[in-house]
Amino acid sequence: MTTMTDPPRGAFRLSMLINDTRYRSYTFQFIALIVLIAAFAYLGSNLFSNLAAAGLNISYNFLGTPAGYDINQTLVEYTSQSTNARAALVGILNTLLVAFLACVTATVFGVIAGVLRLSKNWLVSKLMAFYVEIFRNIPVLIWIIIIFTIMTAVMPGPREFRGDAPTASMLFDSFAFTNRGIYTPAPVWGPGSLVVVATFLLSLVGIFAYRKYATKLLYDTGRLLPTGWPSLALLIVPSILMFFIMGRPIGLEYPELRGFNFQGGIKIGGPLIALWIALSVYTGAFIAENVRAGIQAISKGQTEAAGALGLRSGPVMKLVVLPQALRVIIPPLISQYLNITKNSSLAIAVGYADITATLGGITLNQTGRAIESVLLLMLFYLTISLSISAIMNVYNNSVKLRER
Amino acid sequence: MSDTDAHSVAFVRTEPVPPAAPPFSTSGPVKWCKDNLFSTPAYSLLTVAAIYLIYLILSNTLPWIFNGVWTTSSLAECREVLNGASGGCFAVLTERWNQLLFGFKYPSDLYWRPALAFILLFAAAAPILFFKLPRKLLLFTAIYPFLAYFLIWGGAIFVPILALVGFVAGYLVYSRLVTGSFAAGFFGGVAAAVLVWVIGGYLIPENANDTAWLEAVPSRDLGGFMLNLMLGVACVSLSLPIGIALALGRQSNMPLIKWICVVFIEFIRGVPLITLLFVASVMLAYFFPPESTVDLFLRVVIMITMFSAAYIAEVIRGGLAALPRGQYEAADSLGLDYAQAMRLIILPQALKISIPGIVNVAVGLFKDTTLVSVISMFDLVGMIRGPILASTEWNGVYWELLGFAALLFFVVCYGISQYSQWLERQLATDHR
Repeated sequence: MTTMTDPPRGAFRLSMLINDTRYRSYTFQFIALIVLIAAFAYLGSNLFSNLAAAGLNISYNFLGTPAGYDINQTLVEYTSQSTNARAALVGILNTLLVAFLACVTATVFGVIAGVLRLSKNWLVSKLMAFYVEIFRNIPVLIWIIIIFTIMTAVMPGPREFRGDAPTASMLFDSFAFTNRGIYTPAPVWGPGSLVVVATFLLSLVGIFAYRKYATKLLYDTGRLLPTGWPSLALLIVPSILMFFIMGRPIGLEYPELRGFNFQGGIKIGGPLIALWIALSVYTGAFIAENVRAGIQAISKGQTEAAGALGLRSGPVMKLVVLPQALRVIIPPLISQYLNITKNSSLAIAVGYADITATLGGITLNQTGRAIESVLLLMLFYLTISLSISAIMNVYNNSVKLRER
Repeated sequence: MSDTDAHSVAFVRTEPVPPAAPPFSTSGPVKWCKDNLFSTPAYSLLTVAAIYLIYLILSNTLPWIFNGVWTTSSLAECREVLNGASGGCFAVLTERWNQLLFGFKYPSDLYWRPALAFILLFAAAAPILFFKLPRKLLLFTAIYPFLAYFLIWGGAIFVPILALVGFVAGYLVYSRLVTGSFAAGFFGGVAAAVLVWVIGGYLIPENANDTAWLEAVPSRDLGGFMLNLMLGVACVSLSLPIGIALALGRQSNMPLIKWICVVFIEFIRGVPLITLLFVASVMLAYFFPPESTVDLFLRVVIMITMFSAAYIAEVIRGGLAALPRGQYEAADSLGLDYAQAMRLIILPQALKISIPGIVNVAVGLFKDTTLVSVISMFDLVGMIRGPILASTEWNGVYWELLGFAALLFFVVCYGISQYSQWLERQLATDHR
C-alpha cells in the first residue's frame, strides 16, 4: 500500500526503517527472513540430534535393495526380489491407472447427473439431487469401504461357479464377478493385428479430417454435410474390413475356472474396483454440481436468442450453451481430477498397491526410512498437482474472454 | 331498468354462470404429472425407469430396516432371532453405542464430560452462527475452548485457567496499544500472553493432576465420533486466523512474505492429506526437541490445521480478489493504514463473500477427519474397522455399522451445508 503524500526529502536515517512506509517493508521482510531461517535451523538441529540419538541417517540407498514383498496388481513386471524403487514405480503406475479410470467414469457420471438434475422431469431431477447430496455429504473413505465390502462380502467366491448346479454364473460366459475381483476376456494379439490397429487409428484421423472439411464447406458455401452417420461408418467399417482381410488376427482369451480360481483373461482386483467405483461416484456428485452451475451460469437470453435465430434445441445446446458453459465448467472439473488423484491415496485403506501403499506403506514400515519415503511420496504428488495446475493455467488463458 | 324491459326479454340471469370446471386432464395432480413426469415419450420412459429404480432400492432396504433386531448381544443370536428373514442386526449399534461415540478406551463413568462439552458446543457456536442473538453470548464462546478442554481431558484446572488468563492479558495489552499502531498492539499482546504463560508455568504445582477435580484422561484414550468432531471443530477454528493471515500474505506487496505464503499454500494443496498424516505419525516427532513428547493427537491437529489453513487461504484470496478495486482505493484515500484498512474495510466484506467457500472447506475437512483411521487412530471409522468388526460377537455386521457412520456424517454435513445456504440468503444485502 503506497501513500500519496510527498515524503520529505532528506538523508536516510535509521528511524525511517520503522516510520517510513518506503523502507518499512524491508524491515518486515528482514524480520520474516530471520524468523524463517531461525525456524528452519531449529527444526533442522532437532532433526539431526534426534536422528543421531536414534542412530539413523538420511540415505536413499534403500531404493536399490530388494523390496521383499509381493504386489498382486501390477502393470509392469514385478517380483518380490525387485527393488524398492521398482515397487514404487509399480505404485506410481497403479495410482495413475486408478486416477485415469476414475476421472473418465466420474466425468460420465457427473455430466449425466448434472444434466439430468436440470431436467424438467420432476422425479428424475429430485433423484439426481438425492444422489448428489448423499454422495457429497458422506466421506469418500466410507464409500470406499462400503464398495470394497460389497466386492468382498457379497460377490460369490470362485468355487460357487463350479459343479453341475453352480450358485453363480458368468455373464455372457465371459465376465466373472467374484469376491477376488472381476475377470474379463483379454485380447490376444496375433500376427497382423498391428495392421488392424493402424487402420483403426487412420480411420480416427479420417473422421477428424472429414469433420474439418464439413465445417469448412459450411462456412464457405453454406452447404450442410451430415456428420453423424459418416463418422460412425468411418469409425467401424474400415477396421472391421481389415480385421477380416487379415484373417481375424485379434482373438479373445476367456477366463476359465481351473482349480480353485479363474485362469486366463484379465483380472481386475477387488480393491481396484472398489477404489475406482467409489472415487467415480463420489467425485461424480461434485462434478454434477459443477456441470449444473456451469449450465445455469449461461443467461437465458442466450438460449432465447438462439431460438429466435431459428435453431432447434439440439443445436442450441451444442452451438450456443455448451461452448459457453464449458468455459465455466472445465476449471473446477480439472481441480476435481486433481482431487481424484489425491484421494486415490486412500487405496491404502483397502489394500490397493498405489504409491502411498507401496512406498509410503510397506516400504516405509520394512526399511524404517520414514523421512525419505514420505518426502519422495510428497514429491510425486506435488509433481502431478503442479503439472495439472500448469495445464489448467494454459487452458484458462486460452479460453479467457477477450474483453475490449 | 324498468319493468317494460323485463317483459320484452323472456329470461335474464340475475347472476353470472359459475365457471365450468377445467377439463380433467388440464388441472390438479393429473396436469402436474403430465407436465412434470410424462411430457414427452422420452421423459415417460425416464420416469418409469426412475420409479423402478426407487422401487428396487426401497423394496430391498425397507424390510431390512423395519425388520431389524435391536436387542441381541451378538451376531449369531441376531441371526437366530431373524431366522432367515431379511433384517438388519442393529443390536450392534445399541450394544456398542458408547464405543462408536467415545472410543473404546475413554473411561465409561466419565462419558458425561464429553457429552456435556458437546451440548455446550451448541451454546458456544450459536452466537457465531446466528447474528441476531445478543452479542454478550460471545463471552461464553470465548471461554468455551478452555472449558471444553477441561471437560474432555480433565486434569489440573490451572492449565486451562492459565491459558485463559494469558489470552485475557494479551487482549488487554492489545486493546490498550492498538490505538497507537496495530503492530504494537499485536506484538505487545503476544508478548504479554507469553509472559503470563511462562510465569504461570512455574506456579503450577508438580502434582496438580493428582488432586484434580476431574480425573485426567490422556489423548490416546479419545476415540469414536467424538474424535472426528473434536478434530473437525478444533482444526477449522484454528485454521481460520492462519488462513486469513496466509491469504493476506499472498496478496502482499512484499516479495519475500508473498513467496513464503505461496510456497506454503501450493505445497500443502499439492499433496494428499494422508501424506500429511504420515508426516504427523512418523516424521513430525523428529522435528521436536529430543526430550519433548508431543502426543499423536496434537501432531495430527497441527498437520490438519496446516492443511485446512491452506485451503481456507485460497478461499479468502478469492474473496479478496472479488472486492472491487475501489474499496482498496477508498480505504487509502481515507488515510487508513494497512492494518486499519484491512480490519475495517476489506476483510469484513471479503470474509462475507468467502463464507460459502469456507463452509465448503469445513465440511470437506470434517469428512477428511475419517482419514486418521489410516494412521491407527480409533475414530468412528477406525472403531468400526478395528475393535468392533474384529470382535467375535460382531464379525460380519458391515451394513449396519457403515450405514450408521454414513448417516452420522450425512446429518452433520448436510446440516452445515443447509446452514451455509441460509446464511448466504441472509447476507445477500446487495440489491438484486
